[in-house]
Amino acid sequence: MLGLDKKDALLFLIVVAMVVLAPFILNPFPTDSSLAQFNAGYPDLMQRFLIFGIFAVGFNILFGLTGYLSFGHAAFLGVGSYAGVWMFKLLGMNVLLAIVSSVLMSAVFAVVIGYISLRRSGIYFSILTLAFAQMSYALAYSVLSGITNGETGLQLSHNDPRVLGASVNADGSLPVPNLFGLEMRATETLNIGPWAFDFNAGYYVCAVFMIAGFYLAIRIFRSPFGMMLRAVKSNQQRMHYTGLNTRPYTLAAFVISGMYAGLAGGLMVSMDPLAGAERMLWTRSGEVVLMTILGGAGTLIGPVLGAGFIKYFENIFSKINDNVLHGWFAFMPDGLENAVVWILHPFIGKGWHLTLGILFMLVVIFLPGGLVEGGQRIMGLFRRSPKDGAKQDTEASKHPAE
Amino acid sequence: MGILEVKDVGKRFGGLQALGDVNLSVQENTCHAIIGPNGAGKSTLLNCLIGKLIPDTGSVMFAGQSVLGRTPYEICQMGISRVFQTPEIFGDLSVLENMMIPIFARRDGAFALNALSSVFGQKDILEQAEHMLEEMNMADKRHMHAASMSRGDKRRLEIGMCLSQQPRLLLLDEPTAGMARADTNNTIDLLKEIKNERDITIAIIEHDMHVVFSLADRITVLAQGTPLVEDTPDKIKGHPKVREAYLGESA
Ligand SMILES: Nc1ncnc2c1ncn2[C@@H]1O[C@H](COP(=O)(O)OP(=O)(O)OP(=O)(O)O)[C@@H](O)[C@H]1O
Ligand SMILES: [Mg+2]
Repeated sequence: MLGLDKKDALLFLIVVAMVVLAPFILNPFPTDSSLAQFNAGYPDLMQRFLIFGIFAVGFNILFGLTGYLSFGHAAFLGVGSYAGVWMFKLLGMNVLLAIVSSVLMSAVFAVVIGYISLRRSGIYFSILTLAFAQMSYALAYSVLSGITNGETGLQLSHNDPRVLGASVNADGSLPVPNLFGLEMRATETLNIGPWAFDFNAGYYVCAVFMIAGFYLAIRIFRSPFGMMLRAVKSNQQRMHYTGLNTRPYTLAAFVISGMYAGLAGGLMVSMDPLAGAERMLWTRSGEVVLMTILGGAGTLIGPVLGAGFIKYFENIFSKINDNVLHGWFAFMPDGLENAVVWILHPFIGKGWHLTLGILFMLVVIFLPGGLVEGGQRIMGLFRRSPKDGAKQDTEASKHPAE
Repeated sequence: MGILEVKDVGKRFGGLQALGDVNLSVQENTCHAIIGPNGAGKSTLLNCLIGKLIPDTGSVMFAGQSVLGRTPYEICQMGISRVFQTPEIFGDLSVLENMMIPIFARRDGAFALNALSSVFGQKDILEQAEHMLEEMNMADKRHMHAASMSRGDKRRLEIGMCLSQQPRLLLLDEPTAGMARADTNNTIDLLKEIKNERDITIAIIEHDMHVVFSLADRITVLAQGTPLVEDTPDKIKGHPKVREAYLGESA
């Protein structure tokens, strides 16, 4: 189906179903219940799941397949964002214009940065990409503030030229990003009993790009090009002495993953037309590395899971505070309750980084293959008979990059 | 003129003269063996042929063109393939994928952005790879992780990978080291067969005299970086200098 083999087609369909039905899946708790704060089905967060999913899926094409660890991919996220906002300012508020320019602009940057950085491999490559990203950040933050509006960040203003539209709406408000008139912020809420589900236009625009991006990633993984990228990771010497030039292979992978990052940036500003230099900061680059490794580098679904996991933590765990904890442990005697809350306090609210860090370490140590490996082990427990085991091993080597 | 002409090639590592004025001419469609004691510079000589090392002096011509100044992948695309002394394969890939990559390299050249078709949908390449695996007696291992095989199997895979590129010149650096006797004989048979069937020139480094004498048309004896003698296998067997420098030592 769709040029995919059975297993991949199944995976693809599952992802499509999850993405389309996310407004339901992520809002399992009734709005008034005490667990409602664990609901992640509000538009802003759902958009972020997909956008960072795209970012991580693209990053994985470079890191997961070739093993080249870029520490500067946030630069492309930033470039994409700026390019998108400029499109809104100069040309028009249609998100397609912004997204196309984001992807093209980040491709140009990726060609230049990749061409230079890929002269080295291993840690030197990582450092070069990091240096480039920090340079981009410095440029955006101060040197090029004419283009980026420096510290404040680039946003729409009342005197944008906007060739294909008005600078200001009739009522004096700024126009908002739209897709042929459909505003990205438009949201329908469906109330079923005590539940409420939000359907947001911007989310579904992101969904289309995420699904297309994921499909393309599967095709790349299973293509001769993808196999060559895995060969680069495995043995560059053998590549050279087999008559293959590794440079254009790694550069193509770098540019493709840079374009995914640019797409993510373009979608970000399509949802909220504002681009700041902090989007290029090295912590952002590190975040996508974490997402990919946490989910499972080199696997198809891993980066998506990793992105979802981290964004969920960032947005949901950070909202738990002491009051909430007191609510949960109210059944305990007072002294014990206070003690438990005191122990948990550093791990919640602003401390979510701490919890995430510990989880990340546990995953890396006990599940080097990330969440995907965890999932496979659980599946293995359910259907393991000795004969099956042998079969699985050969299956695994048939599709080593699953 | 031979297909491979090595003229006055010298290579120095710090204070060590690994190669000194090596002259070697390999005739087309012959098998030329290079023998010599450990550290004689045999592998270093091959490294100078495939662009892994650049000789300090001298010239290397392949089929009338200089290989010096070319990158390893360009030299390989000219038609020189090499099997290394320690197996160089794609350990993370399956055996079948290992076998497909050189066939892709031959069909598509040094780079092709073939990013949307499926690997296993390329029937012509799959067929050739499967065929070569059968020839190497490895068809049953096709879905194995290449890194998990024995050293002998890795080497057979590497030989198969090089053969599937259909090179004009095949360089073999101790191809049967670490192989079981049966696999060694099997490899000799395969190389003989290929030599008879195809236009291929083979240069082989080997310590196993059984292999050398069953394959070689000519033999060069290298000692301390310089060729001692070059002759037919029969003459080499009886050569006093060779007995003293090499055969005597190893016997
Ligand atoms: N890259 C290098 N740097 C420094 N010295 C080297 C290098 N490569 C080889 N040598 C030295 O050059 C000499 C010749 O090495 P070479 O590997 O060519 O020998 P060989 O004839 O292949 O031996 P063997 O039969 O053990 O494989 C050795 O003394 C070796 O230590
Ligand atoms: Mg050697």
